[in-house]
Amino acid sequence: MTFTVENLDVRYGGVHAVRGLSLTVAPGEIVGLIGPNGAGKSSTLHAIMGLAPARGSVRLGDRELIGLPPEDVARSGVALVPEGRRIFAELSVAENLRLGRAARRGSQSTLDWVYELFPIVREFRSRQAGLLSGGQQQQLAIARALVAEPDVLLLDEPSLGLAPSIVDVVFDALAAIRERGLAVLLVEQRAQRTVAAADRSHVLANGDLQLTLGPQDAGDTDRLVAAYLS
Amino acid sequence: MTVTWQNLADGLLLGSVYALMAVGIGLVFGVLRLVNFAYGQLVMAGAFALAMASQWGWPAWAGIALCFAVVLALSAAMEWVVFRPLRGHSPAVMLVATFAVAFLLQSIALLWFGSLGKIATSLTFLGRFWTIGGVDIRKIAVVAVVVAAVCLLLLQLLLTRTEIGLHMRAASMDFSTARMLGVRANRVISFAVLISGALAAVVAVMLTVQTPLVTPDFALRDTIVVLAGVVVGGLNRPIPATLGGFAIGFASGVLGGALPTDQSQYLPTFVFAAVILVLLVRPRGLFDFSRTVERV
Repeated sequence: MTFTVENLDVRYGGVHAVRGLSLTVAPGEIVGLIGPNGAGKSSTLHAIMGLAPARGSVRLGDRELIGLPPEDVARSGVALVPEGRRIFAELSVAENLRLGRAARRGSQSTLDWVYELFPIVREFRSRQAGLLSGGQQQQLAIARALVAEPDVLLLDEPSLGLAPSIVDVVFDALAAIRERGLAVLLVEQRAQRTVAAADRSHVLANGDLQLTLGPQDAGDTDRLVAAYLS
Repeated sequence: MTVTWQNLADGLLLGSVYALMAVGIGLVFGVLRLVNFAYGQLVMAGAFALAMASQWGWPAWAGIALCFAVVLALSAAMEWVVFRPLRGHSPAVMLVATFAVAFLLQSIALLWFGSLGKIATSLTFLGRFWTIGGVDIRKIAVVAVVVAAVCLLLLQLLLTRTEIGLHMRAASMDFSTARMLGVRANRVISFAVLISGALAAVVAVMLTVQTPLVTPDFALRDTIVVLAGVVVGGLNRPIPATLGGFAIGFASGVLGGALPTDQSQYLPTFVFAAVILVLLVRPRGLFDFSRTVERV
């Protein structure tokens, strides 16, 4: 099912965080959303999940998601890996994964695939999640989103604060998730890496979509810098 | 002041009852971040149900069933009519709403049953004594300890072994993230409110054995003491909150029995002085040993 955002507007009081954003993500695609701090990237994801007040249209297939509470958005097939992981530190890794299945009861084969993707999650499944390292927690956060078998995976800065080797693990996992046919909307600060990995990347500034880049633009540093400064 | 085995038994009785009240208050606080000041009035309503059942000559089991039915119905009504429509409003609005519900229920009881109240007699047999090793222990003390232990064990099993329990625990830690994962807010909150109501019914049964005269301010003082106990234990976490409720109940029970009759009016002074002292020394609560770690 194609994921469509049309004329999305997000306002916090007098602040216009996102201005008429439109984008689509087809199954098996990664779409990047990059831009400086305060550009409206996270606000877009929050609005999609029903966590921020929004106008416009967000559809998964034919189903309109705007106006639904977060739990119904999740049950419709949209999963968010939030910024800062937001894992349940006092629960075990296995319990965090069980919570991931609150939206949709994914199959055992999906769980096995997730374990294959992140062996660390299988290895530490009986450990308290708060005792994992930052990189391991990030893998758990992605695994928790995947066990619900979502159609769309939203990721909010998954590489933030991670060691370079773990960033590689995360981006490798994103490639595998795309191969499995999920639609991925990736919000990132690592612009070059995102542009290279995504099928297309939209550059946001002050809530406006400035331009769209393809993987071929990843090496064009001047264009990236110009987009950020525009 | 001399502490006897009898005083300790009374302390255990009150500690067990207050522990259950603390769990009831803590469960709702966990998912709604709301201290339900109307909790004592739920207990009062259950106690009046028991009193009316005694007056009508109903057997004890039927009185207990009526008590549960009334308290659960009121809990459900509170969730549907007050908490749910106000969800999303500020905590202050919700807090004032629970005060309003408390006053409303108390006023209804006053109009309906009068200020002199009613007497619940069908469970008075539990107020009699067993003599164990020369110590007179009221049956209700043993029943209260056993019932509280069973209730807490069942609750622990519910929270740790079932999906709804896991959802409740997650919601009490981070409701926003739990909802984002698909945990249904209304289901979890309704469930917590109903369990809290069931515990209020259990408390009503036990308190009416201890104090058969049921008046509109029944359990009001107990609720205030338990709220202090919950804060002393650690409001944010269920086990510390329960231990806080038990500790303050135990201390009240023991001191209440041990203080000379002409000094018993000072009991609340002792209890609340201890509360202030504990909060000055350990503001997070006496039994909250968790560390808050925030990754940035």
